[in-house]
Amino acid sequence: MLFTVLLGLITSSLIVPFGRFVKTKWGIILAFIPLLLFLYYLQYIPLISWDKSYVQHIDWIPSLGVNFDLRLDGLSLLFSLLITGIGTCIFFYAKSYLKNDPYIDRFFGYLCLFMSAMLGLVLSDNIFLLFTFWELTSISSFFLIGFNNDHAVSRKSALTALSVTGLGGFFLLAGLVLMGNIAQTYSISELAEKAQLIQDHELFPYILGLVILGAMTKSAQFPFHFWLPGAMKAPTPVSAYLHSATMVKAGIYLLARFFPILGSNPAWTYSLMIIGGITMLYGAFHSLFRTDMKGVLAYSTISALGILVFLLGIGTEDAIIAVAVFIVVHALYKATLFLITGIIDHATHTRDLSVLQGLRKVLLPVAIAGFLAALSSAGVPLTLGFIGKDLIYEATLHSEQHVAIYLTVAAVITNILLVSAGFMAGIKPFMGTLPEKFEKINMPAKSLWIPPLILALLGVLFGCFPHIIGDWIAQPTVNSIMKVKTDFHLQIWHGFNLVLLLSALTIILGTILYFINKPNPRKLQWIERLNFIAPLTIFQKAYQRIYNFSTSYSNYFHNGYLRSYLLKIIIFAEVLLAYQLYLGGPLHINWDLLSAISVYEVVTVLIVFGAVALTLSTASRLTAVVATSVIGYGICLLFVFYSAPDLAMTQFTIDTLTVVLFVLVLFKLPPFLNLAKKRILIRDVVVAIVFGMILSMVAIRVLHVPTHIAISEFYGKNAYLLAKGRNVVNVLLVDFRGFDTMFEIIVLSIAALGVYSLLKLRLKSSEKE
Amino acid sequence: MELLLILLIGVLYATGIYLILRRSMVKLLLGIMLLGNGTNMLIFLLGNITKGKPPIISDGLKVFQDIYADPIPQALILTAIVISFGLTSFAIVLLKRVYALINTDDLDNLNTPEDEDI
Repeated sequence: MLFTVLLGLITSSLIVPFGRFVKTKWGIILAFIPLLLFLYYLQYIPLISWDKSYVQHIDWIPSLGVNFDLRLDGLSLLFSLLITGIGTCIFFYAKSYLKNDPYIDRFFGYLCLFMSAMLGLVLSDNIFLLFTFWELTSISSFFLIGFNNDHAVSRKSALTALSVTGLGGFFLLAGLVLMGNIAQTYSISELAEKAQLIQDHELFPYILGLVILGAMTKSAQFPFHFWLPGAMKAPTPVSAYLHSATMVKAGIYLLARFFPILGSNPAWTYSLMIIGGITMLYGAFHSLFRTDMKGVLAYSTISALGILVFLLGIGTEDAIIAVAVFIVVHALYKATLFLITGIIDHATHTRDLSVLQGLRKVLLPVAIAGFLAALSSAGVPLTLGFIGKDLIYEATLHSEQHVAIYLTVAAVITNILLVSAGFMAGIKPFMGTLPEKFEKINMPAKSLWIPPLILALLGVLFGCFPHIIGDWIAQPTVNSIMKVKTDFHLQIWHGFNLVLLLSALTIILGTILYFINKPNPRKLQWIERLNFIAPLTIFQKAYQRIYNFSTSYSNYFHNGYLRSYLLKIIIFAEVLLAYQLYLGGPLHINWDLLSAISVYEVVTVLIVFGAVALTLSTASRLTAVVATSVIGYGICLLFVFYSAPDLAMTQFTIDTLTVVLFVLVLFKLPPFLNLAKKRILIRDVVVAIVFGMILSMVAIRVLHVPTHIAISEFYGKNAYLLAKGRNVVNVLLVDFRGFDTMFEIIVLSIAALGVYSLLKLRLKSSEKE
Repeated sequence: MELLLILLIGVLYATGIYLILRRSMVKLLLGIMLLGNGTNMLIFLLGNITKGKPPIISDGLKVFQDIYADPIPQALILTAIVISFGLTSFAIVLLKRVYALINTDDLDNLNTPEDEDI
């Protein structure tokens, strides 16, 4: 099993060096990868039974409980077959569809990556592995949706899809981790055994909410559905793949996978029924107003996903059977409809339903495929859609007594609208008279029209022989979701009963609706007036708000003025220091410990203060520099008084050198300008004085903290004995801490090199501008 | 005497902070120098200042017989003075370069035109 996941990943990395090969006609070889995988998974159909699953265990990070565990059971098998089967059609189709695209190699790279991620997702038996692949599908779909990256709209749609599904990923991760911590295991199959423990835990509502949020964003449930219509900016093969069999079904897969762990309780049932119910009605209703073929399909996809969530919420055996069958039904007809949309778009260069008609005369096989898919989507007898719809009605009618009637009504209304949407996309473009401008259209390449035709014919084949799907696919799926052995057989004919009546009613009303509701741009405008309350608008506004906030935030803190940065840092430091001082209690000074004061020192300090005042007040740079050096000399004197002759010498030398350098370089400069406003001056003075006071208080506090003199004593004792030097400070610097001093010398040398090269640097006249 | 030094530290810090908040690059530099001096004094004060007893062992002796000033703060400050000279000298030359290019020492004129849009 591992190789099936890795094959796509390896292929996509091989495309980096061998991309040119994909552009030749031999690139079609890539399409045999999903075909191979499809055949591989087909052989498991007879092997999988209700209590048998195939497990592959590979240690990854066992100490953290993250293992590369793969498990193939009925549910995984259903999805694996869809991913690889539909994938095969898509790969063949895309090779022709993007024949002239210069980046087709890139496209197949993303597509292989995406397929692998989906396969990994449905096979994972470890929650962290599941999450990794979940995110990988988001990321690879981002590249696929934004494939036409020279269009701004395309890029924006890709980003919206990524941010919505990525956001959901965070929720999901939180939910998964909580679940894993409660059950003390990260294996999904072991979690299922501890379902009762998780459901009884006080955090259960949060876990449930987080997992559902993850599934909602991925499966485009209201109010997170808006990324899906935007994702239609992708090339059509991508839309077909992402929205029929894979990406959006990942959320459904997640809910089905966690049904044994989180399901079968009122919180699960009602939240999913409400979310799914709203989504299916909302999507179906919106599909009526679209004139773009892809728009109709996008909203009917949202609606179909709503139906699936709704059924998972009901959670009875009937409902789960309906889920298993409807996933297949929807994948087959939706992929077909998307693929024929692509063909029509290629041939006529439009997807506008109010313009397209009569295309059956030039695109007959495409018309047959569209027609069959539309019938399947409408649930006409002898198609798989009929069986699927029967099962849905069966599930709603046999749900809990007091809600059954409402659920059935909602399902019937949704299906009526979906019948109309299916006819609109699959039949409308081919009916009526052919406009003159479309007469020149030639039949497209075989690899374009054969895949949709195969999918559409499969829908009819399974419709005529439903036990193929029922016994081989649906039954193992239902068994692995319900964790019990179920025994059911799908039949074409159930006899005359209420379900049949509802089905007939759905088809008749849907057909009438289709004839009444002509696609018209004006209706689209009407519905767009409601946009101000649409979730997309709210999302965009929220996005804009956050964007504006962060812009003004960084503009405030990062405005490009040094003094403004400094001011903020200083004020922050003041607040922190003041708080720390406040925590330390009141200050007190022990007068006995202070040393005596003498005249020399007072005079020196007074001179320093005078120099400080001069530095601040003078308008001449030279005076300011000289005054600063006087401050330095004053400090130098203080060093002399307080037994630091080395310091005094260094300070004296350095100060002198600095003044010389300053004067040499700066004596030409003009006097200071007084640029600041009075208000700013006062603010700076206050900030500066506060800082000075705080530092003085820190110094007072430090004054009475006893110093640890053990280190000093060590140096004092050993300066001569070990290092043969009498000046302890010097010995310390050149002997005990010799390496420090060496590096200091290196730093100074680098500074000296910098100074020298800056002085010698001659700019060209052009660079002076 | 310590109190006088503490006052000196406060004044040096306050002046330094005030100067680095100005627009002139020369003042910025002087401010940095004053902050450096203030910090040196603060470290010096931490080592229990002692009058007239430099940490130098007298001739003929192998160890100290008397009390002596703490050598560690002195070694630290010595390093600090030298390093800050490296910084100052480089900054002064840089200042000269900038002045030669744009004929001003006003920090606001250093912003590139794109940044001014913000």
